[in-house]
Amino acid sequence: MYLTKKQYERPVIQRVNVGLMNKYGTRTEYEPVTHIDGNAVADLITAYGSPVFVLSEKTIRATFRDANRAFKTRYPKVQFAWSYKTNYISAVCNVFHQEGSWAEVVSGFEYQKAINNGVPGANIIFNGPDKSEAELIFAINNGSLIHIDHLDELYLIKEIEPQLQKRARVAIRVNMDTGVYPAWDRFGFNYEGGQAQDAINKIMLNTNMDLVGLHCHIGTFMLTPSAYAVAATKMSELALNVKKKFKKTLEYIDMGGGFASRNTLKGSYIQGADAAPSFDQYAEAISTAILNAGFTEADLPLLILETGRALIDEAGFLLGSVISNKRLADGRRATIMNFGVNILFTSFWYDHKITPAQPFGQHNESTVLYGPLCMNIDVIRENISLPPLKKNDQVVVHTVGAYNMTQWMQFIALRPAVVLIDMNQKPHVIRNKETPASIQKEEEMPAYLKEFKI
Amino acid sequence: MSIKKNIAISESGFIFDPSTGNSFTTNPIGLEILQLIKEGREQNEIKKHITAGYHVDDNTFEKDFYDFISTLQQLKLTVENEKKND
Repeated sequence: MYLTKKQYERPVIQRVNVGLMNKYGTRTEYEPVTHIDGNAVADLITAYGSPVFVLSEKTIRATFRDANRAFKTRYPKVQFAWSYKTNYISAVCNVFHQEGSWAEVVSGFEYQKAINNGVPGANIIFNGPDKSEAELIFAINNGSLIHIDHLDELYLIKEIEPQLQKRARVAIRVNMDTGVYPAWDRFGFNYEGGQAQDAINKIMLNTNMDLVGLHCHIGTFMLTPSAYAVAATKMSELALNVKKKFKKTLEYIDMGGGFASRNTLKGSYIQGADAAPSFDQYAEAISTAILNAGFTEADLPLLILETGRALIDEAGFLLGSVISNKRLADGRRATIMNFGVNILFTSFWYDHKITPAQPFGQHNESTVLYGPLCMNIDVIRENISLPPLKKNDQVVVHTVGAYNMTQWMQFIALRPAVVLIDMNQKPHVIRNKETPASIQKEEEMPAYLKEFKI
Repeated sequence: MSIKKNIAISESGFIFDPSTGNSFTTNPIGLEILQLIKEGREQNEIKKHITAGYHVDDNTFEKDFYDFISTLQQLKLTVENEKKND
């Protein structure tokens, strides 16, 4: 008789707790995710290494089109601008540019990236508190939109007038109370305190600047669409005041970003997928507020949106592997993964969904997930229910497309490759994994330190 | 080391400790190991039995076995064997 061996799974035993569960029950993640857009996780890891970031172009485009539809079916003039800081890998930016997005940048470095990607100057929005004199001159002469953050920047634009070949096309960033905490008041000019109106007066009475719009960005991971309605109402009031006072019709209102993705914030009782408002809810709040503000049809401003996180988060996956299992002193199970907070920066504020990439039985156990860094802070999940993973088993971390590929740290380990799976399910490397040489080439060794004896 | 005599183990992997009122669940391989321990099998015998029946190498099983035993001890499901008189 031919005997076949059974599939092995680590033995587990756990106490049945009665009366401790919350009313939603415990959440288990033992349903394996073995493929991403038709590509086997195991094949992707074999080809590109572990860990590796994977982005789904199909999901990026579908998400963008959903957001675009939500706004364009409610408001006549809508323009998205891709938030470079959310994910500025050039191939990712160009997917958004192909969908019609402008570029929204917050540094000279990001501005240069947008230029290199082929974005026309007039379609670049230059935000942020740090714009050097040289960067401002370049951007203004390039016809870009300058969103002024503070008075020093406003006066600097006045001072550099002799070096400008074009009138600066500017907007001011406005901060305000929208009823949510914390109110972001560190960027731009305050609405309630009158700073915003003062800044507008200064620009309107200046000859070398053309006030073309107003900008705000009320917060991040905003779970309350009504806060956008408050903001859009206040922005509209400012725009209508400009019209009344200076007979000037502003071209646009830029509502910034901050829409939540489907990630689960740490400490949240409800899963992110259930808590995050839809694009339709945000669009309804913003569009209704502007349409009801009192603009004539001809004066309705272009609505610009700089949403980043909500457009890219779900398209991103991090594939990784188990390094080891151990038992902590208090009896808790711990699993060490080969990716940590160095490349999964968002695990500081999200309980990321993590699923195994191979089939398991029905049993699971509570586990602490650690990263590979020799640092105590390297915790990916303080507590997650997973099947009994063993060394080299593979996992998929979900909803990691936003911020991780820009905020990641070259700390202790090298950063992994990033792969984009195209619309035909073909993978492409869009950022090579780092090598010791790619880090070392930026360092210099003074001659007197080259030799030593130990 | 052996499993406490009054522990009830069902065929589906449900375990009940009448002395504390605690109940536990285990996966099929955990159940198999528990039953082997209860039958009085030694560690080496258990290892041979499992590695013969499952796709697992000796080292992997040894690590997992020690972890499983330490969990059983922590859950107070075991008793130390009495020393035999010489």
